Amino acid sequence: MDDFNPAIIAFVCNWCSYAGADKAGGQKLPYPSNVKLIRVMCSGRVDPQFVMKAFREGADGVMVLGCHPGDCHYRNGNMKALRRFKLLERMLSQLGIEKERFKLDWVSAGESARFQELAKKMTDTIKKLGPLHLRGMVESEVA
Amino acid sequence: MAQKPKVAFYWCASCGGCEETVIDLDEKVLDVVAAVDIVFWPCAMDFKYSDIETMADGSIAVSFINGAIRTSEQEHVARLLRNKSALVVAFGDCAWMGGIPALANLKSKKGIFNRSYLESPTIVNPEKIVPLEKSVYKGTEVTLPKFYDTVYKLDDIMEVDYYLPGCPPTAKIVANALAAVVAGQLPERKSVLASDKSLCSSCSRNETKPDSVIIKEFKRIHQVIADPETCFLAQGIVCMGPSTRDGCDYPCIKGNMPCTGCFGPVAGADQGARMTAALGGVIESEEEADIERVVSGIPDPAGTFYRYGLSASLLGSKRKDKI
Ligand code: SF4
Ligand code: SF4
Repeated sequence: MDDFNPAIIAFVCNWCSYAGADKAGGQKLPYPSNVKLIRVMCSGRVDPQFVMKAFREGADGVMVLGCHPGDCHYRNGNMKALRRFKLLERMLSQLGIEKERFKLDWVSAGESARFQELAKKMTDTIKKLGPLHLRGMVESEVA
Repeated sequence: MAQKPKVAFYWCASCGGCEETVIDLDEKVLDVVAAVDIVFWPCAMDFKYSDIETMADGSIAVSFINGAIRTSEQEHVARLLRNKSALVVAFGDCAWMGGIPALANLKSKKGIFNRSYLESPTIVNPEKIVPLEKSVYKGTEVTLPKFYDTVYKLDDIMEVDYYLPGCPPTAKIVANALAAVVAGQLPERKSVLASDKSLCSSCSRNETKPDSVIIKEFKRIHQVIADPETCFLAQGIVCMGPSTRDGCDYPCIKGNMPCTGCFGPVAGADQGARMTAALGGVIESEEEADIERVVSGIPDPAGTFYRYGLSASLLGSKRKDKI
């Protein structure tokens, strides 16, 4: 499916991941324009409802990127995100959304190359999966 | 004598429990009967669809429709009532949010038919007969309504004016709604006719509700003897209170059972998203593998968090394509 141009939303935290993405820009490290960034103060601020809404409004993939464990600017917002999103992942696959379509990961302010790599990998993964069709019922079960 | 307002009741994909609530109004049902003119109520009285078809558009004051929409017949009658009614109230969770029937959206229609008509251990069906929209029986063509792929909530297929929560709605909120209709004192259109707050806000166990990470393991209600005073969440038992609308007077909690969420989401929230956030917030663990272990204690999150409202989930049934 070469002509499929997926929409991927990445929620990035202000202190680490956004800074990492910004650095990638400064260093002119190219990453796919499919990945659209939404800056939030902390990965712990990303309500599961934001992720679900992104899928509902047409995202084919969603990422939440925060500071590495132990590095959270607000001490443990990223751990809060980890706990919530582990639960959300289980629910998404029940609702017919493959688990690869959602990714929680960590990118520090210095890790521009890591940001680039994660953005590329996610885009490749979603391209392989194809567009997300939400029909409100599960046509075939996914793992 | 001034004409009494005309009222209709109808059921779609439902269990009959909502009809039962109307009866549960006890002697108050007599007041209702005295105050209104019931023009259609197939569950309780003998009416024909043609009784409604011949009425003028908008001539029914209010139609209370319970049940989700799974078949073409349900959609047809619901739309007919819409045309003939000034107000349509989605009565109960199935009409409001898909209800229990909408859990079927977690499986495919084909899988459900196979299971129900062919594979279930209690089925003997050597000729592999499954319901068909058209079939010929003794030379006569017989038809059945179309069975849709998806279970829809009522407002996926038409305009709905008000929503009554509950599985079924309690007699109290039904009586309040009826009184508001008769007195012409309904709130803003599209309102849910109950509180906007969460069940926790009025729950007697709220004092002991945890606000920090304390849960090392989720337990299911049949695995423990629950303390009758302490917040269920504090005991590691999933209670839907944080994401569920207040207004039921918490009979389940009083019976020492956790809330399963039948009053639907609090205003503006997605019930499953809110529950995921609430439960994630109280798990005591920082290790990914351990968190996996804890959340695996909720074996069916979608069915647990959307037990009564999968069609109203952000990822639910809103029609993306025509039925
Ligand atoms: S979680 Fe349940 S038991 Fe605890 S306060 Fe809320 S409704 Fe009451
Ligand atoms: S406690 Fe929960 S499940 Fe029980 S009636 Fe109230 S809203 Fe419904």
